[in-house]
Amino acid sequence: MPPPPPIVRIRDVSKSYQRGSQTLPVLQHIDLDIAEGAFLALMGPSGSGKTTLLNLIAGIDKADSGSITVGSRDIMTLSETDLAAWRSTSVGFIFQFYNLIPVLNARENVELPLLLTGLSRKERREHAELALQVVNLADRMDHYPSELSGGQQQRVAIARAVVTDPLMLVADEPTGDLDRISAKDILDLISRLNAELGKTIIMVTHDPRAAERAHSIRNLDKGILNNAPD
Amino acid sequence: MLLIKLLLRNAFRHRLRTALTILGISIAILAFGLLRTVVSAWYSGVEASSASRLVTRNAISLVFMLPSSYRDKIRQIEGVKTVSWGNWFGGIYIDEKNFFPNFAVDPKTYLELYPEYLLSPDEKTAFLHDRKGCMVGRLTARKYGWKPGDTVTLKGTIFPGNWDFVVSGIYRGRDKGTDESQFFFHWEYLNEAMKKTAPQRAEQIGFFILGIKNPDQAAEVAGAIDRSFKNSISETITETEKAFQMGFVSMTEAIVIAIQLVSFVVIVIIMAVVANTMAMAARERTNEYVVFKTLGFGSHHLAGLIFGESFVITLTGCAIGILATFPAAKAFGDAMSTFLPVFFVSPRTVYLDVLASVIVATCAAIIPAVRVVHIGIAEGLRKVA
Ligand SMILES: Nc1ncnc2c1ncn2[C@@H]1O[C@H](COP(=O)(O)OP(=O)(O)OP(=O)(O)O)[C@@H](O)[C@H]1O
Ligand SMILES: [Mg+2]
Repeated sequence: MPPPPPIVRIRDVSKSYQRGSQTLPVLQHIDLDIAEGAFLALMGPSGSGKTTLLNLIAGIDKADSGSITVGSRDIMTLSETDLAAWRSTSVGFIFQFYNLIPVLNARENVELPLLLTGLSRKERREHAELALQVVNLADRMDHYPSELSGGQQQRVAIARAVVTDPLMLVADEPTGDLDRISAKDILDLISRLNAELGKTIIMVTHDPRAAERAHSIRNLDKGILNNAPD
Repeated sequence: MLLIKLLLRNAFRHRLRTALTILGISIAILAFGLLRTVVSAWYSGVEASSASRLVTRNAISLVFMLPSSYRDKIRQIEGVKTVSWGNWFGGIYIDEKNFFPNFAVDPKTYLELYPEYLLSPDEKTAFLHDRKGCMVGRLTARKYGWKPGDTVTLKGTIFPGNWDFVVSGIYRGRDKGTDESQFFFHWEYLNEAMKKTAPQRAEQIGFFILGIKNPDQAAEVAGAIDRSFKNSISETITETEKAFQMGFVSMTEAIVIAIQLVSFVVIVIIMAVVANTMAMAARERTNEYVVFKTLGFGSHHLAGLIFGESFVITLTGCAIGILATFPAAKAFGDAMSTFLPVFFVSPRTVYLDVLASVIVATCAAIIPAVRVVHIGIAEGLRKVA
């Protein structure tokens, strides 16, 4: 059986920042293929460009050169507006600090991305409740973020990321702010989403325990992508 | 729906700050409304005056009289329909502080020219037939507790002596802007007394009020009247009642302009306050707005949230301010009825309140909205971590 075509295809991508007269290369000639259904961990020292690479794949930052194709879309050529529309259907975001909206309760937070779809109010509600069941928080639907633990907040954030049924989930240090037990819960959940729902997952992490869960690990060092050291 | 819920919750997230901002807006709108009302009260004489009435007076000054013989000459001028006349009496009721305007007029023609003074038919008949009768505006009658049949004594200042009148009727204004504080009695009563006590002051008239056939010809008719008295003992100035009233107002115009200016300054100040509140709120929530962007929400959603919040806060303050304006204007008007007899909050003032609030809300939201719309997602997210 031939391998399935990659869902993410990165070719010769470079990016640098301008600091005064100095040019600071952050990513240099990156090539990367990610297969559909993969669970990839991106590791590397602080400042090596992991977040930057993740942002490029997720369509919230622009590369200087090269090409990035996700699904069948060349996302480097999309306008801001098209890119926003593409993100809303194709990418689920999981952040280190959860980034929930504090004045909305768990269900409303999860419902938020669905406002950009054509779903009716009732359907949105049902989808949000289903997503909260998936992350095992159906009993905390009416709770506000301040009434939830860090681990619970991250689970709400994961429900928000999967509720639109995106092509892939991107996670930037999803356990970076959690204690070991909560971190394990979150990693179990992410693994389940990958194994049971077939979600493609790209996760940036410092934590070897987190990276262990991934099927493949890639290492960034000073903007250059290497295979993982074993 | 969820976004409206969100902007409402955002508006009241920082309770104390929002409450203080709303309080500021209500006070500003209240002040604005009262100041505008003072200004329109000032111009109420002009507003209530008619373009089809002319006023003829002595060219030198209002304090100089015109001979009553002018009456017949004016009647013959082309375009003049009705001629009425009167004198400023300047009588005082008991004490000088009890001020209300009082005039000696020719009742029949005067009432013809001023259909906005409403009297019952019985009162009108009584007034026309009683030489000592007087007709008093509702406001003044209420203030001194006068009822039809009461005898009222005014102390003359220009025309010495104590003058007794019988209240024949109490008029109401047809329009909200009609002055209900005035006091009118028979010019003939004054004239006869003058004939007896000071003959040289009899047959003298302070002003003529003329009804004309066609308001469009006001200028021509006025010109014809003034020309016909050219080079006679007393030359005349004839102008529309509006221009005549405006002449009084323009003497005090500087004050009115100052009041208007202050009313706008109040709005500019509150604009700065609301803009500050919105800027602080948007800055605190930059991270949340960036998350919205990440999820795929567009500029119009973010601008909608910020403008919506600004409108919720400003219009809440505006509504409270408008509601407070009515009782405040009533209290103010009652206290000032001697000077500003026509004092009411006009619909125009309420529209201006709302317009000012809409402008304040819009201006306050523009800068934060533009900032949030332009912030890059990658940089925005980086600031959080
Ligand atoms: N807006 C910017 N202007 C200038 N330099 C920037 C900017 N954003 C990022 N950088 C630099 O780019 C480099 C890569 O940043 P990035 O956030 O991708 O690193 P990272 O691997 O995610 O690090 P960490 O593990 O600490 O999160 C860093 O050296 C950083 O200082
Ligand atoms: Mg990072």
